[in-house]
Amino acid sequence: MRIGLDVGSTTLKCVVLDENDKIVYKSYERHYSQIAYRAALMLKKISELLPSQRKSSLAIAGSAGMGLAEGCGLPFVQEVFATRVAVEKLLPSTDVVIELGGEDAKILFLDSSMEMRMNGSCAGGTGAFIDQMATLLKLELAELDQLAGQYDKLYTIASRCGVFAKSDIQPLLNQGAKKSDIAASIFAAVVNQTVAGLAQGRKMEGNILYLGGPLSFLPNLRESFDRILAVKGLCPENSLYFVAIGAALMTDEKKFDLLQLVNTLENYQANEGYDFCSPLFNSDEEYQAFLLRHAAGSVECAEDYNYNGGVYLGVDAGSTTVKAVVIDENKRILFKRYQSNSGNPVPIIKDFLNDFYALYPAVKVKAAAVTGYGEDIIRKAFAVDFGIVETVAHFTAARHFCPEVDFIIDIGGQDIKCFKIKDGVIDNIFLNEACSSGCGSFLQTFAGAWDYDIADFAKLGLFAPKPVDLGSRCTVFMNSSVKQAQKDGATIQNISAGLSISVIKNAIYKVIRATGPEELGEHIVVQGGTFLNDAVLRAFEQEIGRNVIRPNIAGLMGAFGAALYACQYGKGQSSLLTAEQLSSFTHEVQGTVCKLCANHCRLTINKFDNGRVYIGGNRCEKPVFTDHDNEKPEYNLYSYKTQILDSYHPVSGKRGKIGIPMGLNMYELYPFWFTLLTKLGFEVVKSPHSSHALYLSGVHTISSDMVCYPAKLLHGHIEWLMKKQVDAIFYPCMTYNLDEHLGDNHYNCPVVAYYPEVLAANVPRLASEVKFIYDYVSLNNEKVFTKRMHQVLNREFGSFKLSEVKQAVKDAYAEYHSYMEAVRQKGEEYIKMAEEENLPIIILAGRPYHLDREVNHGIDKLICQIGAVVISEDAVSHKIGRFPLKVLNQWTYHARLYAAARYVVESKNPQLNLVQLVSFGCGVDAVTTDETRRILEEGGRIYTQIKIDEISNLGAVKIRLRSLFAALKQSQMEVNADE
Amino acid sequence: MSKELQDYTILVPDMCHIHFSLLKNLFAGFGYNLEVLTNQSRAVVDEGLMHVHNDTCYPALLVIGQMIDALKSGKYDLDKTALMITQTGGGCRASNYIHLLRKALQKAGYGQIPVFSINASGLEKGEAFKLSFQRIRKAFAVMTYGDMLMLLSNQTEPYESEGGATQQLVLDWIEHLDVELKANRGFSLPQVRNNLKTMAANFAALPLQKIRKIKVGIVGEIYVKYSSLGNNNLEKFLKEQGCEVMVPGLLGFIYYCVDNRLEDIRLYGGTWLKKFAITKIMNKLLCFEKAIMEAVKPYGQFTSPLPFYKMKALAKDIIGYGVKMGEGWLLTAEMLELTEHGYENIVCAQPFGCLPNHIVGRGMIRKIRSLYPGSNIVPIDYDPGATKVNQENRIKLMLALAKEVMEKKEPVEMPYCVPDIVHEQVV
Repeated sequence: MRIGLDVGSTTLKCVVLDENDKIVYKSYERHYSQIAYRAALMLKKISELLPSQRKSSLAIAGSAGMGLAEGCGLPFVQEVFATRVAVEKLLPSTDVVIELGGEDAKILFLDSSMEMRMNGSCAGGTGAFIDQMATLLKLELAELDQLAGQYDKLYTIASRCGVFAKSDIQPLLNQGAKKSDIAASIFAAVVNQTVAGLAQGRKMEGNILYLGGPLSFLPNLRESFDRILAVKGLCPENSLYFVAIGAALMTDEKKFDLLQLVNTLENYQANEGYDFCSPLFNSDEEYQAFLLRHAAGSVECAEDYNYNGGVYLGVDAGSTTVKAVVIDENKRILFKRYQSNSGNPVPIIKDFLNDFYALYPAVKVKAAAVTGYGEDIIRKAFAVDFGIVETVAHFTAARHFCPEVDFIIDIGGQDIKCFKIKDGVIDNIFLNEACSSGCGSFLQTFAGAWDYDIADFAKLGLFAPKPVDLGSRCTVFMNSSVKQAQKDGATIQNISAGLSISVIKNAIYKVIRATGPEELGEHIVVQGGTFLNDAVLRAFEQEIGRNVIRPNIAGLMGAFGAALYACQYGKGQSSLLTAEQLSSFTHEVQGTVCKLCANHCRLTINKFDNGRVYIGGNRCEKPVFTDHDNEKPEYNLYSYKTQILDSYHPVSGKRGKIGIPMGLNMYELYPFWFTLLTKLGFEVVKSPHSSHALYLSGVHTISSDMVCYPAKLLHGHIEWLMKKQVDAIFYPCMTYNLDEHLGDNHYNCPVVAYYPEVLAANVPRLASEVKFIYDYVSLNNEKVFTKRMHQVLNREFGSFKLSEVKQAVKDAYAEYHSYMEAVRQKGEEYIKMAEEENLPIIILAGRPYHLDREVNHGIDKLICQIGAVVISEDAVSHKIGRFPLKVLNQWTYHARLYAAARYVVESKNPQLNLVQLVSFGCGVDAVTTDETRRILEEGGRIYTQIKIDEISNLGAVKIRLRSLFAALKQSQMEVNADE
Repeated sequence: MSKELQDYTILVPDMCHIHFSLLKNLFAGFGYNLEVLTNQSRAVVDEGLMHVHNDTCYPALLVIGQMIDALKSGKYDLDKTALMITQTGGGCRASNYIHLLRKALQKAGYGQIPVFSINASGLEKGEAFKLSFQRIRKAFAVMTYGDMLMLLSNQTEPYESEGGATQQLVLDWIEHLDVELKANRGFSLPQVRNNLKTMAANFAALPLQKIRKIKVGIVGEIYVKYSSLGNNNLEKFLKEQGCEVMVPGLLGFIYYCVDNRLEDIRLYGGTWLKKFAITKIMNKLLCFEKAIMEAVKPYGQFTSPLPFYKMKALAKDIIGYGVKMGEGWLLTAEMLELTEHGYENIVCAQPFGCLPNHIVGRGMIRKIRSLYPGSNIVPIDYDPGATKVNQENRIKLMLALAKEVMEKKEPVEMPYCVPDIVHEQVV
């Protein structure tokens, strides 16, 4: 008899094989982190069921079983290897195995050139991810799967990690998109992530096998794989047990006495060898004193049903919860609600209002305000007077509790928001970047995995003696840190406390990036639902070494702030729907594709009674305006640059067709290369504007899934060009950029410099089907370049005269300079115009390739909609000479960035500000963001950073930009008041 | 580095232990008191996280964290302590380490501590340690010794009959070289050749067991490749798993840095004189690797590294020589060299999100495998959040495959054993 145990991140699987390798016993269960205990139970059961087989050989597989195997002296088998052994035995004709586990994704190619791949340190697109998404949608996994079978259309959802995906899904929910469409989109995202992460240039074809929990339990996930890969895969019998079977097959001769083993396992005390922090509370007295102190920050809640004065409504339609309060003239809370957002905030607010009107028939609603992700839809649905940005709402509320507040930190379901207040004005805003949010939903996910609700789960940690030190990282990494801690024997109490502490560390060191409490402030107000957990609050106070104020309505602060705002700015009569109007309230959702421009946004149209309409999913205002002739003119240098680049039309030539992939540095050098190659007699074919579909078409050849999105897009551009049957694709490697004499050197970043090498090595057809020219060139020395280009062209095409190349090169340089000059002049013009009309100007600073709409997600347009003029960094950088920096200034594009920041500081125009676009995965920006921030802040300016990736959700970006404008407006008002 | 620093304690981060131990002695010979930092507790990472942008590469975070942790330890007189790091220059963000270090020191309240960089790229003009020709030559000799000791001990230790004998021999040699270097001997090429020959003889004389081991090579970003702090004790883990580990030496990296200048001239132009001068220097430097190969040659059991230009030639059809940021084409070439030498199981160690490695590491694996189907490469990311269990699990997958291949192969000839020669004293 042979036993195979597979200890996964969440489940324990066991298989017993007899002498003929027939399965005589199998079991599958969640282990809730009690690995040794559950394994012992399982073996005990086996020994009872098969009493004649007391002695058996045994092997353990699975990453979470590694510690157990080592500790108990049992053989360990790597799980992917075990899978292969099982597949070769049971289904030897298999070509490709796709196995998704709790936190791992694996692909095995079993043909002649065998390869086994596991996802890297990123757990995106695995079972944990699907679990997280189901929780977000308030669905059981089976329901999620069932819904996914009924979809009409797919949305783009990033699946790199749950946090990313959430920021894609939340707005869809808030806009009223159908759950079935979202469910199917989630599955599609998992497929794309698996392919993007693991295919690496290999085609998945032939006999495909689906293994592991998610693929066994979710038929529609298999369906998604089948559809996207255009295959028909098989999910075999025992698909959950292949690792365990493989482990059993790989056991060696050594026999173990089962009862003895049970004994060993029961006594197995994993050494508590993990790093830990000091406990949150040492004694109950300490805890009681803590509770008493925090009882002080409270607002009166009254149930005064006879009240008949004026009231103010505040709603905070957050990402995972909806909060609403009604206050009276004395700012007492008459009625409040804090409810999970099951995807659609509209019915929640409708019920809230109905309940309120029923309890308080005599009141008069004087004003209402709404804030949060669902602001727009709620405002339209219920005719709310004001929509305000969250930061303003929270500040208003915090000031009520602590007039001298100088720092607010709000940890909500999905966001961390921090603001520094200086002289009564929001001075600086920190929002969590899309990838690092370790917020409330993060604790919730872990709580859910162990079958607790969040409050009980957090409570477990209050008196934990040795909280696990999990550091400060995003959820995805946290999963494996927790796994490691489990392996090292941490109890659930210590893990709970550790997670509370890590939420805080994440906020302080990742979001605020503070070095000590003095950087935060003296009067700190904490809020947001997450802080209602005493463990989190305590962890915060411990970490910063200072007591803070937590209002008793910490979870309702956004709504309370909105109500206060309504109270302050209300005009005495609210337009809010009355009880009577509510009785005829209707809400209907339709999906459609906007055809007003090339973006083809997927719109959700929410129709309410009485003709009120809310359209979501739009990237611009076009579908919202009814009168298309009366659009406001847009002052947007990004659009201008795009227009110029699009104005180069191919001219057919005698030398054939040459393709240029439009990505990375081509966004700046296209005028150069187009002119050069056209003059030399080539028809230059430019790949189209990027789109998500284009990205997906090349995703199977991406070799490193952590490289930035702009680079990944190139794989799609290359695929497109190959379809166009060009004679050659031209995309040179460029270590050096043009020297603009702004820095110490003039490099490109490694990815911009050498991405052609990656394409050449990983797009198999590129080598065989088309000439790929990716020589190393530098444009700094015209003479050297001319010679080099002449060499390259003669090698590839023959018969070029040096004089001919010389002239073309000359023209190319001229074209490049005239393009740059045009950009600068237009920039100048816009700045002048904005100054004359007193419009805010945003220098949207990034790299040339941030022009790509698929990369910038229309942020430029969004800024224009808010009413500002958009300039790019290269339009102003030439106005600044070289100046000293605290970093090595060695990249051309980044030197422009520093110069643009300096330009902002030197300009006397308070309306001029810089917003930096940062692509996820851009290592260089770890250096540049801090330095740009320093330049701006030392000059008394606000620094705003926007991190972008594959995601297309503009909700968080909007908050950030609106907060920036609100802060600017407020400081402007202060200045005016001073004068 | 000015004269008055002579009574300072100069802290440097540890990277390759053998080399840095020797460097410490070399600097002592110049009159400087170097201390190689070995603090490795969790506090090192925490200090790094606190003082460096968290998305910065892991090596910067560790090196800076280690230095701040050391300064905080109270072990050093802060008025008499300086910090030193190496800097390679080039388009990778690693060139910014020294600036990040200065920023971090400022933030942590150690703004007064002097910071120096050793570099040969002319960065940090005026402040860097003066690399006079004499000193460069001496440093080169020391690097050569380091590479040789690393090579010999890596190929002997897994098979030694007497536990600890190899390690003892390494220590003996470090001690011996210390005496020589202090006496200003052991730097000239003939002396180096002599020492290398004796080294090879000493190591070849250690009694070995007839056992087979999985041969694993390590390549990667230079810090994470060598530093046990950076790679979670990767070498130790592999040895515990029953592997013989080959780590390509530092000389190759230095040659690569010099050779890049020649490539730059080839690709982007430059004067004839410059080319002549660099070629001349390169040829001088290449004598050192030749010395290693000559010393190793008589002993068939040792795998000698390929001459630099032969290794470079291996990469010709795989990657352009213009890739010169980070480890550039060298990393790809090292994977090829290892594969050719029978170390086809390779761990490619890199900091999470390392930019050059997107190109030269992960980016090239597919192409290498298409040419060498037997190569078994696993890329492993290191960062403060990456856990050992995940890393080791992936390495174990690579090893499982390696083991299977090894068992399928015909039994190969055992390393040549010199029977029971008594361990001779060095020199």
